[in-house]
Order: sequence, then C-alpha cells, then structure tokens
Amino acid sequence: MKRVAELFDALYFTQSHKSKSHLLREYLATAPDPERGYVIAMLAGELNFKYFKRNTIKQLMLERVDETLFALSYDYIGEMSETVAHLWPSLPDEDFVAPLFDEVVEFVQSHNKADIDTFLVRCLNNFSPSIRWSFIKIGTGGLRVGLSARRLKQVLAEYGNCDVAEIEQLWHGISPPYLELFAWLEGRSEKPDIRDKIVFHPVMLAHPLLADDIAKIDLSQYIAEYKYDGIRIQVVNKPLGKALFSRTGDDISHSFPDVLPLLDTYGVFDAELLAFDKAGDISTFNQLQQRLNKKKPSRQLQNDIPCGLVIYDVLEHNGEDVTQKPLFERQSLLRELYAVSRERVQLSNTFSINDVEALHSQREQACLIQDGLVEGLMLKKADSPYIPGRPKGIWYKFKRDPKLVDAVVMYAQRGHGKRSSFYSDFTFGLWTDVAGETRLLPIGKAYSGFTDAELKELDKWVRKHTIGRFGPVKEVEKTLVFEVAFDGAHGSNRHKSGVALRFPRVNRIRWDKPAIEADTLSEFKRSFLS
Amino acid sequence: MLTNTNHPDTWLEPRKEGLYCVPADAYIDAMQPHTRVIVTHGHADHARGGHGTVWATSPTLDIMRIRYGDAHATKTRALEYGQRINIGIVEPVYLTFHPAGHILGSAQVLLEYRDARVVITGDYKRTPDPSCVPFTAIPCDVFITEATFALPVFKHPTLISQIDRLLTSLSRFPGRCHLIGVYALGKCQRVLLGLRAAGYTKPIYVHGAMLKLIELYTEHGFDFGSIIPVTEVTDKHTLRGHIVLAPPSALHDRWSRRLPDVLTVGASGWMQVRARAKQKGVELPLVISDHCDWEELLESIQEVNPCEVWVTHGREDALIHACQQLGYTARALRLIGYDEDSES
Ligand SMILES: [Zn+2]
Ligand SMILES: [Zn+2]
Repeated sequence: MKRVAELFDALYFTQSHKSKSHLLREYLATAPDPERGYVIAMLAGELNFKYFKRNTIKQLMLERVDETLFALSYDYIGEMSETVAHLWPSLPDEDFVAPLFDEVVEFVQSHNKADIDTFLVRCLNNFSPSIRWSFIKIGTGGLRVGLSARRLKQVLAEYGNCDVAEIEQLWHGISPPYLELFAWLEGRSEKPDIRDKIVFHPVMLAHPLLADDIAKIDLSQYIAEYKYDGIRIQVVNKPLGKALFSRTGDDISHSFPDVLPLLDTYGVFDAELLAFDKAGDISTFNQLQQRLNKKKPSRQLQNDIPCGLVIYDVLEHNGEDVTQKPLFERQSLLRELYAVSRERVQLSNTFSINDVEALHSQREQACLIQDGLVEGLMLKKADSPYIPGRPKGIWYKFKRDPKLVDAVVMYAQRGHGKRSSFYSDFTFGLWTDVAGETRLLPIGKAYSGFTDAELKELDKWVRKHTIGRFGPVKEVEKTLVFEVAFDGAHGSNRHKSGVALRFPRVNRIRWDKPAIEADTLSEFKRSFLS
Repeated sequence: MLTNTNHPDTWLEPRKEGLYCVPADAYIDAMQPHTRVIVTHGHADHARGGHGTVWATSPTLDIMRIRYGDAHATKTRALEYGQRINIGIVEPVYLTFHPAGHILGSAQVLLEYRDARVVITGDYKRTPDPSCVPFTAIPCDVFITEATFALPVFKHPTLISQIDRLLTSLSRFPGRCHLIGVYALGKCQRVLLGLRAAGYTKPIYVHGAMLKLIELYTEHGFDFGSIIPVTEVTDKHTLRGHIVLAPPSALHDRWSRRLPDVLTVGASGWMQVRARAKQKGVELPLVISDHCDWEELLESIQEVNPCEVWVTHGREDALIHACQQLGYTARALRLIGYDEDSES
C-alpha cells in the first residue's frame, strides 16, 4: 500500500504533465502485476466496489466522531477522503501487517460487507493519514491527480512504444488488472483481440464553431446536419449481443429496453437518443428528461414516452472497421443500411451550406423546429476519417446562442476539490411578488463560468456580505447580480419558483447592476416557458 | 469570581478597531491608530504603526521598529513576561504579559479588573519551537482563544518530522533548488533553527526581505549558521541542491525564475490541506504551523480551566461546540480585521 500511496502523493503534487508521465512510467517499469494494473484502473476511475464506497467510509467515520465536528470538518476540507484521513483516530495494533494495494482490491472484491468493514477499520486504525488518503480513494473513487483518461492512455502508449489510438481501441475490451495489455506492451505476447466483444468504441467529439473559425473554414468542404437536443449514444450490435453506451462509455442499455429491439443491423453506430411521440415523431428534450436517470423505466413510462434514435455515423459494419473511410463514404454506407425506414430509427439528414449567410439563416431555421428540438447545426469535414477524441478543425457544433437572465445572488457555498477554499457555488433568484411583498425566489445554482481572479473577488465579497448561515451555506446580502446563461428552462416542482434551468453558468458578474433591476420571475416565465 | 459588576462583558468590547478594554481606555492589537494599545506580537495582523502609547514585550517593540520605523508609536512601554503594571484610568486594571510560544516576543495578555481575570491569547501554539519561549497556561475566568486551526482534522506534526521530509527530498532530488516559502517573521527563523538542529550545516540562502528580521533574531542570541543572501550569488546554478528561503509571495514571481530547477516547498499549517497546497503550486508541502492544532486548543482550554471561553480569529463553530461538550460556557467573539485564512 505504501508504494502506491507514495506514487499517488507524488502524482498529486507534481506540477508538470511531463514529470507526472515520467513518474508513472518509472512506476510501471518497477511495480509487479497485478498491482500496477489496478493502479491504472484506479487512475482511470474504473475501480468500483459494492461494499467499499464513499458512504461506507462516511458511516464508519460517523461511528467514531461527533457528527457536528465531522460536518464542519468536511465542509472546510471539501473532500471526504482527506477529511476522514485526518479525522480517523490512530489505533495501531502490533501484529498488523499492511496489505499490498492489490490485496486490498482483491479483498474488497471478494468478501461480504461485515468482513470488509472490519478490514477497512483495521487498515484505517493502522495507516498514517497520508496512506489513509490513498486507501480511502480506492473506495470513494475520484482520485484526481491531473491525469485525464486520455493522458493516461498516452502514458501507456509511451510505455509500450505504440500509438495511443491502439490503446484507445483496446481499452473498452480489456479489464483490470490488464495483464494481457501489459504483456503486449512489453512485447511478451500478441495484441489482445477484442473484435467480437460488445464494447464501447471511443467517440469523436466536436469543437464549438467560433467567430474566427467561421472566417477560416471553407464551407464547401463541410457537410451539415441538425444537432438534436437529445443524448449522444453509441449503438453496438454484434452477433453475440447488443448494447447502448453513453458518450463516456457507460452501458445504459438497461435504461432503454424499448430502444434495444429497434436495432437490427450489425455494426457500431453513432446516434442521438431522443424521445418520440405516439405518432412516431421526435419529441422534446423535456419529454426525454423524464426518461433520464431511470435505471429501470416502468412499462407505463416506456409506453408514454418511447425512445428512439437518429443515426449519423458508422464505425464498424459486419466486423469491418470503417473509421478510416472518409465521412461521405460512411454516410453513403449508412444510407444503404438504413434504406428501409424503421420505427423510431431515423437517419440524420445531411445537407450542404453555401456561404456564411446561409450558415446563420440555416441555424436560425433549425432552432425554430418545435420547442428547441434542434439546438443548432453540426458541420463535419466531408473527407475526414472518424478520429476518436476532439481533433481540431474537423467537427464543429454551431449551437444557438444561450439564453440570458439577470438574477440576484442569494446563497453561497464552498466549492469542492480544487475550489474547496473558495465560495464558488452560488444560488441565485428572481424577484416576485408574494402577498404584496417583493421577494426573491431561487431558480438555480451555478458553479462555473468564473475566472480564477473572479472567484477570488467573489469569495471576498461573500465573506464581507454574509448575513446568515445554514450549516455550510451562507446567506448573502441581496445586492449582487449575475448574468446567467442557460440552455433551456422547464417547469419544476422542486423549486418554489416553479422553474429549473438547463446547464446554468455565470456569463458575467454584474458588479455594476443594482439588484432591484434584476429580472422578475413573471417576465422570465413569459419569455422562456411556453 | 465573576459577578455582575466585574464580568468582562461589562468592560471588554469587541469593536471594529479591535478588542477594547474600557477601564484602561486601551485596545488589544488595534487595527487602526489609537492613543493606547496593547500589542500581543509583531505579525502585521496584530501590530500596526501609528499608535500613541504601545505596551508590548521588548522583542515585539524591536520588530515594530524594523517594520514601521523608530517613530511607529509616540511612547512605548516594554514589559518583561510576568511583569505586572496598572494601566487603569480611574480604577486599577492590571496588565501582565505571559509567553504565547508563537514567535519571538509573542505574548498572551492577562488583564485583571475588580478581581476578574481575562487572558487574551493572541496567536499561540504548544508544539516546541526553538525560536521562542514556550506557552504557559495562566489561570483565568475568561479565556479568549484564537481558533485558526480549530477543526479536528488539524493535527500538526513535529518540526523535526517535517525537516526530515525536506532533507529526504534534498537527497532524492540533488539537482533541484529547494525553494521554501516562509513568513519572514517567525516561520523563517524556526525553519532555519530546525535545519541546524537536524545537522544541516551547508549555507542557507535567503531572499533579501528576510535579512533584517534574521539579524534581529541574531541580536537576541540565536545562531543560524551561514546565511547568504541570494543576491550575493553570482552564478545561480550553484544553488542546485541547496535550500533557499523566500516569502510566500515570491514563490512564483520573477524573482524565483532565476533559480535553477526549482522544487517549490510550502511551510505552514495550511499545507495539511492538499487542495490548498496544490493551489499554491507547492510540490512538497511541509506542515509547520505556528498555531495550536485541535488537540492543543482543547488541552490548553482544559489546562487553563476558565469559567468561560471566548473564541475568535478562525473557525469558531467547531471549537465552541467542543467546549460546550466539555462543559464550558463558550461563544464567538467576532473581531473584524483578522484575515481568517492567513496564518500570521
Ligand atoms: Zn494572527
Ligand atoms: Zn501571528
């Protein structure tokens, strides 16, 4: 455990990516299997245990510490593992032998809850705070050491002297502790074969189309499509089975049992998952929202709001990888495969755009399609292959402008992780009349959109203008206005105001604007809820 | 004994300029100029220039002279630890300083009025510090304690253990210049003495802003061995594998860019919070604090065993909660002006 804890500590505090990569490769070259494989899995966020989770640790901690003191500590530190690492009372026993990292992983994978609790307590009693931190992270996840999944794969590629694309392709077909991967990277065996497996293939992502991009790109080389306001998914359909994956690679098949039977063509496809209405037409995002985060949707719900797909790309067909073919060829393959129309499965329409003027007018028209069903245009370079990741200059999304509202800051809370020392989570509201009195009602929360300098200023402002506290939440003077950008609004029973925002973020801090001139709830409802 | 006529509520007032003692017409650690001020220690969030009469220990007055010039106050009264004087206007108010163990010259303030005894700790700690006189617990009715690190997550390790980590890093990365961010007053000298006590004999290099205060400590009898200003080093590459001390503000500015392959080291109680250390760009966080940690605070309160605990200067909620559970009457004394997140 100690070797791994030292590695995590070093990775956490090392500044440059180069040094991080160096540290990790040095570790891979010296550490044994299966430890190093589990370490990679943990860094990639792929370790998950039924009986060792954030809440397991929290409960064990609460059996040992005053609840108020725990809450205040957690609020201050902003992170569970570190809070517990320091709060846990040290109770070393003489015959304790520290387990190796992989022994910890294998123990919590293979024992029952009671045994695991006993094991965790004994380890925590004996470890030092810094080892405790790494140890707790095994269960809580979220070990952020500044190595993204992408960068981690790059380190593996450097370690094995291969192309990162090869690692990306293999990634979802192999599992911890990755013995066959290391064997291949170290030249001890052939590359693992994952062709028949029902696995996620890394997806290609788009950049936002900015003003200077518009000036730069040659529109005649791009193919346009609607950008539907649904969720991006990947359909994998092979003779051995089929599955739906989210864009991050989570298998979400169980949430959409009504979509799986719609797939009858073998291959791997990129698609947008959308709600459909009874007539078989695409419905709104608000409808789709009622299907999201439902692990097992009821029959009734599947019936009321059936889901379906708009397919727009193909990565593999009949066991053949087609990602290297240019987009226009992949699109004509799709047209062949989906020549016959199917229930709730549509092919994305493609069209060309002649000039900048048409680009803007097409976007405007697209966004007029019922109730925000289309949130803009996609532009994709016709001759480009399918490249996982977010390559530059190939795919663009040209979304409608965000909606804006001026709202008053009401409450503030410390952020978590990197921002734990700042007040960075803000609740804001709009004016409304309640029984003849003008009051603010909260409509949402924002955590993002600030520069570091703004965060500092806001933090200072909160400290100076606090008028009350509710645990970790500070109530502030109602004098500061945020211009909040958001992608959409819908009715909600969760808030007293009756509205909720999609993806709210702070566009500007209006230090200059008197709070009384912020927007009212009734204006807001008139403009954004129809 | 506290009664209706001598309870400190009736004669100590938290004002926006600082804590005010009515029958002595004096502030403790006033943030704005005032005619009569008691100063606990030389850190800038306690000692300011421009006062009339200042009562302080003589090292604290020396520090104030260095920081604010000879004319920092119209009149100064240097007191020894344990020396008791009357500063009352009509009725007697007795003032005595006792060691606080925070930095050179740091003092707790004992005020006695009509048989009520109040101790104002200023900043204090209980872990051994070779650069100052250790804290002594003074019996009193009301104990006004700081709460900079008043959460049970704060457990300060020993100075030696942290110096060890620094020396280990030096031998693991012999090509890297170890740049340590330290406050010029107190932390700097404590780290220097810690290094010498651990047997580190090489010259230690310092930022120019450190020199005057190091010199002052030397005048007070401390021996730091060979200290060399970085400005006197012509070939900065010779600083590889050496220790350089600089104020935290200089860690990432132009000044430090002249140093070769810097490994940034932090030295403060906050370094225990990973996210904070990382935010400050620190690669080796040393937890060296000049304040009490949680256990030290609770132990001190129980040792002093006052009737009431007033908590200021930090994370009051947790300490008040813990005091109440121990059976003490406790409450927050909110003073403005202290920077709740700095550590001086
Ligand atoms: Zn202070
Ligand atoms: Zn201080």
